Amino acid sequence: MGTDNWRPSASIEVLKQRALVLQKIRHFFAERDVFEVDTPALCHATVTDEHLHSFSTQFNHPFTPHPCTLYLQTSPEFAMKRLLCAGSGAIYQICKSFRNEETGQFHNPEFTMLEWYRPGFNHLQLMTEIDELIQLILGCDKAERVTYQDIFKQHLQCDPLTATLADLKTLANRYGYAELAATENNKDTLLMLLFSQHVEPHIGQNRPCFVMDFPASQAALAKISSANPLVAERIELYFQGTELANGFHELTDGAEQLRRFEEDNIKRQSKGLEMMPIDQNFLAAINFGLPACAGVALGIDRLLMLAFSCSKIDQVIAFENSRA
Amino acid sequence: MLDGEPCNILENEFVKPGKGQAFSRVKIRKLISGKVIEKTFKSGDSVEGADVIDTELAYLYTDGEFWHFMNNETFEQIAADEKAVGENVKWLVENDTCTITLWNGAPIVVQPANFVELEITETDPGLKGDTAGTGGKPATLSSGAIVRVPLFVQTGEVVRVDTRSGEYVSRAQK
Repeated sequence: MGTDNWRPSASIEVLKQRALVLQKIRHFFAERDVFEVDTPALCHATVTDEHLHSFSTQFNHPFTPHPCTLYLQTSPEFAMKRLLCAGSGAIYQICKSFRNEETGQFHNPEFTMLEWYRPGFNHLQLMTEIDELIQLILGCDKAERVTYQDIFKQHLQCDPLTATLADLKTLANRYGYAELAATENNKDTLLMLLFSQHVEPHIGQNRPCFVMDFPASQAALAKISSANPLVAERIELYFQGTELANGFHELTDGAEQLRRFEEDNIKRQSKGLEMMPIDQNFLAAINFGLPACAGVALGIDRLLMLAFSCSKIDQVIAFENSRA
Repeated sequence: MLDGEPCNILENEFVKPGKGQAFSRVKIRKLISGKVIEKTFKSGDSVEGADVIDTELAYLYTDGEFWHFMNNETFEQIAADEKAVGENVKWLVENDTCTITLWNGAPIVVQPANFVELEITETDPGLKGDTAGTGGKPATLSSGAIVRVPLFVQTGEVVRVDTRSGEYVSRAQK
């Protein structure tokens, strides 16, 4: 540890600019009648996704004999959807989110997330609004829109929706991942590897780029398209090598939601990961009725990295984790 | 361990798609052959750990071919070759303690202390009156290393250098 570790990892000038960007974002939503909410960071349940690792801690309740486990949220999604079910209408939140096992050029275990929901919008209408916000903050051109299938085919000469496991292994071999491909039997893992290493670096270089219609197997909490059951109504926004935002035309079917959670836990179990308690309050809310809506989560720190041409997340947050 | 060689991780880039599997793209130096290769692992994958030990030894001298180190408790001596010393040769100071990594008893990496003190053998006199010095100037040290030092530091002075970054820290405390 150097003696300079007390110092912020971002410059004071960047931190001032950061404050101005947050003001602009709040103004953007105020003008559109989307109101700001504040939901808990510490909850009794958390995400079940096998690729997300929540921090957990013990709550010693003063009136009960046993401590209970609480989880720091990886995103405010569940609580915000409960507000939507309770009739909130359009809402947004700027909050800290926490993800264990994530650190790197674009990752800090705690980071600032902007998440918003638009009842009555589908993912296409939401894309237009995201685009307007990005143009306002970055002063960039209007984003382009491509489908996952088209852009994957264009860069890797392979159809990601119809490729077999054997096809993807061959492709991974050709790109130098022979060892990894030899033991990998999950199509999505190979798709994610190839997409992140050989498609992402080429898209959204001059203007932001929305990728739409992800494979149904990577739907997360998005609706499956009624026009094409092979794809989900999920979008991702990329700009200059950075993955900026992930949005869904939200799944509103409670039974389907529960099935996905249970499937996640089976995957966790098969990988030797701890199974996660299913958020019963969230499920009850979805069963009560989530209005048709679209929602998106956007990484504020990454947006600032682009705004100030910083190459590391450390340069836009006051104290990155090793100094925290 | 990779392909039967102990390896050193030079860079590790964390790659994670928005919703999905995380990967580590690592740059690895094979410590015996000296080869640098790139590899991609899934997060959580593991490889066999190399059975290496680190020992703290004092640097004695070089005969031009080998660099000799001694254990100050047992007085046992060990000689490291050029491959093990590598670029760190410029930070070796007599009697300073270095960390030597041994694999099967043979030294494969020589790591100098984080901070070393070396005498300046040559540097420009610098501008008169400039005591803060913003830009600095190059200075050659007795070990052959070249570092940037503030303008007020002169030939003959002993300076403290961070061997990890190769940067000047301060004048040596007397």
